[in-house]
This record gives sequence, C-alpha cells and structure tokens, in this order.
Amino acid sequence: MANDGIVLKTEGLTKYYGGVHALEDADFTLHEGEHVAIVGDNGAGKSTFVRQITGVEQPTAGKVFFDGKEVHFTSPIDARDVGIEAVFQNLALADDLDVPSNIFLGREETYFNLGPFSFLNEKKMYKRSMEALERTGVKIPNLRNNIANMSGGQRQCVAISRAASFASKLIIMDEPTAALGVQETTQVENIIRGLKKQGIPLILVSHNLRQVFNLVDKIWVFRRGKIAGMLEADKTDGNEVVSLITGVKTGVHENASYI
Amino acid sequence: MAERTVTNQAEPVAAAATVEGGKRQRSHELNALIGLVGIALIFEILGWIFQGQSFLFNTQRLSIIILQVAVVGIIAIGVTQVIITGGIDLSSGSIVGLTAMVAMSFAQVGTYPRAVYPNLTDLPVVIPVLIGLGVGLAAGFINGALIAYTRIPPFIATLGMMVTARGAAKWYTRGQPVSFPTDSFAAIGQGMTPVVIFLAIALLFHVALKYTVYGKHTYAIGSNESAARVSGISVERHLILVYSIAGVLAALAGIVIASRGLTAQAGMGVMYELQAIAMAVIGGVSLSGGRGSIVGTVIGAAIFGVIISGFTFLRLSAYYQEMIMGAIIVAAVVADVYRQRYRTGAR
Repeated sequence: MANDGIVLKTEGLTKYYGGVHALEDADFTLHEGEHVAIVGDNGAGKSTFVRQITGVEQPTAGKVFFDGKEVHFTSPIDARDVGIEAVFQNLALADDLDVPSNIFLGREETYFNLGPFSFLNEKKMYKRSMEALERTGVKIPNLRNNIANMSGGQRQCVAISRAASFASKLIIMDEPTAALGVQETTQVENIIRGLKKQGIPLILVSHNLRQVFNLVDKIWVFRRGKIAGMLEADKTDGNEVVSLITGVKTGVHENASYI
Repeated sequence: MAERTVTNQAEPVAAAATVEGGKRQRSHELNALIGLVGIALIFEILGWIFQGQSFLFNTQRLSIIILQVAVVGIIAIGVTQVIITGGIDLSSGSIVGLTAMVAMSFAQVGTYPRAVYPNLTDLPVVIPVLIGLGVGLAAGFINGALIAYTRIPPFIATLGMMVTARGAAKWYTRGQPVSFPTDSFAAIGQGMTPVVIFLAIALLFHVALKYTVYGKHTYAIGSNESAARVSGISVERHLILVYSIAGVLAALAGIVIASRGLTAQAGMGVMYELQAIAMAVIGGVSLSGGRGSIVGTVIGAAIFGVIISGFTFLRLSAYYQEMIMGAIIVAAVVADVYRQRYRTGAR
C-alpha cells in the first residue's frame, strides 16, 4: 500500500462553528504502530479535531487521508467500516442494555439474515464479549447486568474493550480516564499498553501529562484551535509541553502540579 | 456524580447496585402481575359486599373483560414499542377511526344500494384488510418520517396526525357511517377472534423485541440515542419502522372494531391512544424510553380491563369511571417518574 507508513494524515483541517474557529489549518500525521497524545487547554480544539477525523462532524475545509487514500467520512459508521474505532468522551453506551448487547451494538451476531428481524445469537455475543474483556483484562462480575448498574470505571472499560476488540487500524480515545478513580485509570492504561504491543495505532486525548508521558511516543499540542507543535515524548519534558499549551515560554516551575 | 467515586469504594457500591438493580428488573412484570391479582381480589371482595356475588367466577364476565381490552390491546402492542424508543404515539385512536371507515368502504355487500363504491362491492376479504393496513402503514410512516427527519417531538408529530386522521375519517364519507359488510369481513371481529388476534400479535412482537436485532435497536435508541447512532444503527430508518408498525397495528384494531360492530363511524377509537398508553405504562413501560416489555403491556391491558369491568360490576356511573381512569393513568406515570428518580439516585 502506498501509505509510506502513514496511517492517518490531515492537511489544513479546519472547522468553524458559525463565527467560532474551533480548529484551523491542522496538519497532523500518525505513523503505523505509533501511539500519540493530543494535549491542550480547554477549548484548544482537541475534541473538535477528533470529531472531524471520526466522521461525527464534517470539516469546514481541509483533507483527511487514511491508509494513503483521501477519505470523507459522513458518519462514525464510515470511519468504523475502515477500521477506526473511537471511545467518545460521553460514553457511547446504552444504559438499559447488558454488556454483550453494548459491545455488539450495531453489529449484532445473528443466526441467519432476516434484515432487522434477524434472530440474535446471544450465546456467541456473550462468549465473544467474555473473550474481549479477558483480552483487555477487565473483570465484570455479571455480563448480563445492565450497564446502568455499573460503576463509571466498569462502563469505561466496556466502552474501551468494545473499541479495542473491533479496531483493526486505529483507535481514538477522548479523555478515557477523566472520570475514573486511580485503580480504574491503571486498568485503562494497561489496556492501552496492550494495544501498543499489538501494534494498533492510538490517538489519546488527555489532560493528564503524567499519563501522556507514560503512554505515548509523540505529543501533539493544540492551542486556540491550532496545532502549536509536536514533541517526541522521550526528548522533551513537562515544562516544554506546558509552555506550548499555554503559549508562555517562561515562569513554569519545575515542580508545577500539572506535570 | 457517583461515577467520580474513588475506585476502591466504587466497586462494592456498584456490586450492591447490580444485585439490587437485577432484582428490580426481573420483578417488573411480576409487580404488574401482583397488582392485577390484587385489584381483582379487591373487586371480588367488594362484589360479595355490595352485589352479593362473585366478580371473578363468572366466565361471561371474564370473556367480556378480555374482549374489551383485546382491541385497544392490539394498539398498545404498537404503542409499547414506540414508547420504548423514547417516543409517544397520540394518533392511534384516529388511525382506528380512519381505517375502520376506509376498510369498511371496500368490504360492503352488493345488495346494499348505497355502498360507498357501488362498483367495488363483494370484494374478497383480503382487499379491505390490506387497504386498511395500508392506510395505517402510511399514517405511521408519515409519523416516523416526521419525527426522524425533522426532529420535531413525537408528541407534536403524532398530535398532528391525530387531528388530521380524524379529519380524514370524517371527510371520507362526509360524516356518514359505513355499514353492511360482507360475511367474511364481519367474521374478523366475531366471537373471540379479536382476542386470538391480540394474543398472536402480542406473541409476535414479544419475540421480535426480545430475540431480534429489531428489538435490541429499539431498546438502544430509547436508552441512548446518540450511542445508538455512533454504534452504527440507522436511527432514522428504525424510528420509521417502529412508527409504521404502530400505525399498522392501530389499523388492525380499526378493522377488528369495524368488523365487530358491523359498521364504521368516523368517531371510532376516540381516546384509544390514551388507553393504549395507559396499558403500557401500567405494565411497566417507561415513558422515558429504554425499558418495558410486551408481557408487561399485556398484564397492563388485563389490569385495565379488570378495573373497567369492576366499575361496571359495582354499578359505578360511567362519569366516575372516566374520571377514575384518568387518575389511574396519571398515577401510573407518577409511579414511573419515581422509579426513574430512584434508579438514577441509586447509580
């Protein structure tokens, strides 16, 4: 494939919401097997960027290339069909359904095809959900319970397991640990390390710089809707990242609490 | 938010909620069933006190109860599915009226001199039935398409259809009733046939909701529409399908009721939509979507039938009956709201 080792590339990606320039002229590159982070202050354009490359929204201008080809995702389904899975900030789970139903939502296993009235192969979905959760090291006592009855961490793990078990080319996580406790965060981070071993590329949107340094190869910094710079995780430090995030070159204390 | 609870605390809390929640879910239909038995027993006791006879041990009364709820029950099966998607259908009563008129106009006997279509009399029974179901399908499709593509609230879309379909029913024969059906059309509503139709429809959609992709997506949309969307479910297409089914089932009820009464009038089915919604809500279908079942609605229909027939049995004036019915509908919705609050509080 003529992708030169590049999985995802954007050129001049721009998104305006009316008069608000949420994202301007973003040139972004992701290589095969690479784990990168997107960091930036609130309103820097991180989530906007993710929404444009996952088909949730359509960019105002600019191009997206996936696997060497220009793509125009009109919905998350388009992105999913080419192997991009996303874990969105507002957990995309149906509260009143159990774990297998959520993992297989929209791509249910059936016995034979009768269109919408195809009979569900609950057994197969249950078994494959078990396997998916086991692979990601997630323990959930009873998969038949509705998602509504689970803790934030369990819910997030289900969402991530779903993405991890279907993603073949790229996985995107928007603030996956923002609402989680310490133990649950560790679990999610372990899932991410597992994906690295499998060689599945990852884009991680995070506010937590310590987490970012622990997990990724490259850090893309967004500021006020623009890409402020890209840093190699092992050749930079928290101060440099923070000064890119804030746009202030000096005055960052080496023991600042956000590092 | 409980989601932000520190991990080592969150685990046991979640586990407790799980057990509790599981229990609550399982007992939902059971609760309705207990309610049904309780209400029947109250009428039984009141029967012995005020009427000196048994309420329950009277096969004639029991069959009347079942027959009474069968027609509205057919509508309630469709309405249940609409409510599970988080919507509402106020147009079913009017669709009953319109369908009754249209179907009957194609089912008249040739010997009747003032048939609506004098050249189209004595047609085989499938023709008026299919035309009637087609009318319901069209009305339901319009409801679904309006809701899915214009994003107007289901309440408004189906309210519009409620008024429009009723108007169409009156316009169709300029307010004249349509009568004298063929024997084969009249047979649809006779005896216990409506009950058989009701139970068959209930079974069919019980299976569809519980064991097919259709059911899974119906619950998913009512549970979290945006999750359903990003998971690749075509929410628009699915909503149109659900509202179309509701329209077809309302039409089926219209055909049955016209056949049973041997006549169709534009005013048929008034308030049926509310009765159908009440059956669903009494049976545990949540107005906020995502929860409920056909089994629950069937039990809800039975409760509804027992209450109405109990009032009649106690010779309560029809005026009081309507007022009490209204109170029961509101009470069922209030109970649902409290269940929601308790549930979200528990999480």
